[in-house]
Amino acid sequence: MSALLSVAGVSKRFRGLLAVGNVSLDVMERDIFAIIGPNGAGKTTLFNTICGVFRPDGGTIAFAGERIDGHPPDEVCRLGIGRTFQLVRPFPGLSVLDNVIIGALLHHRSVEDARARAEEVLRRLDLFNQRHQRAASLTLPDRKRLEVARALATQPRLLLLDEVMAGLRPTEVDRMVAIMTELNRTSGLTIVLIEHVMRAVMALATRVLVLHHGAVIAQGAPAEVVRDPQVIKSYLGAEEL
Amino acid sequence: MTRQVDALQAKPAPLGRSRFLSTLNLANIPRRGLILLAVLLALLIAAPAFTSDYLLSILILILYFAYTGQAWNVMMGFAGQLSLGHALYVGIGAYMTAALFIHFGTPPWIGLLVSVPIAMAAGAVIGFLAFRFRVAGTYFAILTIAFAEFARIGFDHWDWVGASSGLFLPVATYTQNDLWHLRGRPIMFYYLILAMTVLAFLLCRWLLGSRLGYFWQAVREDEDAARAVGIATFRTKMAAVVISAGLTSFAGMFYAFYYNNLFGEQVFSIGRSIEIILGPLIGGVGTLFGPVLGAFLLTGLAETLTEILGLIGVDLPGAKQVFYGFCLLLVVMVMPEGVWPWVARKLGLETRQ
Ligand SMILES: Nc1ncnc2c1ncn2[C@@H]1O[C@H](COP(=O)(O)OP(=O)(O)OP(=O)(O)O)[C@@H](O)[C@H]1O
Ligand SMILES: [Mg+2]
Repeated sequence: MSALLSVAGVSKRFRGLLAVGNVSLDVMERDIFAIIGPNGAGKTTLFNTICGVFRPDGGTIAFAGERIDGHPPDEVCRLGIGRTFQLVRPFPGLSVLDNVIIGALLHHRSVEDARARAEEVLRRLDLFNQRHQRAASLTLPDRKRLEVARALATQPRLLLLDEVMAGLRPTEVDRMVAIMTELNRTSGLTIVLIEHVMRAVMALATRVLVLHHGAVIAQGAPAEVVRDPQVIKSYLGAEEL
Repeated sequence: MTRQVDALQAKPAPLGRSRFLSTLNLANIPRRGLILLAVLLALLIAAPAFTSDYLLSILILILYFAYTGQAWNVMMGFAGQLSLGHALYVGIGAYMTAALFIHFGTPPWIGLLVSVPIAMAAGAVIGFLAFRFRVAGTYFAILTIAFAEFARIGFDHWDWVGASSGLFLPVATYTQNDLWHLRGRPIMFYYLILAMTVLAFLLCRWLLGSRLGYFWQAVREDEDAARAVGIATFRTKMAAVVISAGLTSFAGMFYAFYYNNLFGEQVFSIGRSIEIILGPLIGGVGTLFGPVLGAFLLTGLAETLTEILGLIGVDLPGAKQVFYGFCLLLVVMVMPEGVWPWVARKLGLETRQ
């Protein structure tokens, strides 16, 4: 079976800084693929390169067998890749519901259909009761959930989540993990997540990739990766195990 | 995979009549709002029966600014693209319909078939240059000024439209109103601009709640986030500019046939562009009632002020402009979202109407 997302030898520089250097990874359909690594490792930059925010300086990216590197972000989304922003970016002046309706309008011509779809997504993410609130007035965890809801509303085949668990309380993390698991099981959604919360990574991931200074230092099943001496040294630290 | 395909083939749902009407569905306006709206409309319809000619001319001016403010609001209020050169579209609309009428006797309603597309094309050129080459924010606003300035100088040297000596429509004393040729008494123009304002309001209300309207708001709120949910922002912004330009040029026809004279130097001046945006700024950018309320407040108060100054025999040139500036300052400092959101809260109406 060929990969749903295939990143091959991708590099991205910012002036002198090599933020992502020669990264390759394959995400299979229905995988939950976690990317971990210390601050500044290049995780978000890698996401942005996949989503079309940056054009890679080298390498190729393919989604469902089609080259997408260099495609603009809106086109990448239309092909079926949804994303969240690490620094959340809801449409601040609009209501929670309108935020999600906008996502749903990608594949719905009629606003009524989009509204129905959006309400369904909001129920799923426990945001339904806040639907008439302005997005700017939400708490940070709720805004993170709103990011997920808006991305989900576009009906992606692949969802890229950038630290959506950060700042959540343990019970909220568990709830989010449950939601992701359910989405993955019932709708066959493929997920790539950047995450520092190891509790969530261990609960969710089928594969883990570790990035350090822009390079892949380990990749494999979660249990193996966390035992890798280099990973422990550069990222996890002995005490976390 | 199948899920994806399903989604992509989502029914093309044409925006037919029934959908249009159902979107206009007034059910989601609170009852109090509807009553208020009905009373206001009734008053405006009845107004000519008990107002003087002078008062009627002020009402016409107010409605003119309500209309152009609404048209400008599509671009800035809905889609977040600041135009400081909307006099360009008024001017194109005015000059084209007037020149065709003068040279060929073309009725203005037919002239619109020429003037509106030209204004839309002008908007498209500005939009294309700006959005293609990533000219945004302040620079975009400056670009819109630049185009209005080009037009000002161009029309001032263009003999076919009278160049700097002006373009004049033939005027007579009218006993009858000829709506087809827009020759008649002020009352005809009053009802025309009233109808235009009401229609523009309904059109904008429909647009704001449409798919395109949602995309506009997404772009206005956060363009990168909009792209991340698949919105083709270039096309979305182009639509806002072109629609706003077309609507605004309509007001140009009104302007030309109501005032009967056009001077490029005035019609395209920055001052005219600024006048258009003051109403929505004060009433509430991005709201539907803001431009209307702003026009009433600003023009209404400014004319009252002029009247009072006249009565007490004070002649202050520029008093109106100073007054505008003062109003703007006050609103920016006290209620930066404009007066309408505040009024709406006081009346217990939804804020985003
Ligand atoms: N737009 C940019 N311009 C210049 N440098 C950038 C830009 N974005 C990121 N960088 C740099 O690239 C490196 C990788 O940043 P990136 O945000 O990808 O890290 P990260 O792994 O997501 O970190 P974190 O866990 O803190 O989110 C950092 O050194 C960062 O300063
Ligand atoms: Mg990051």
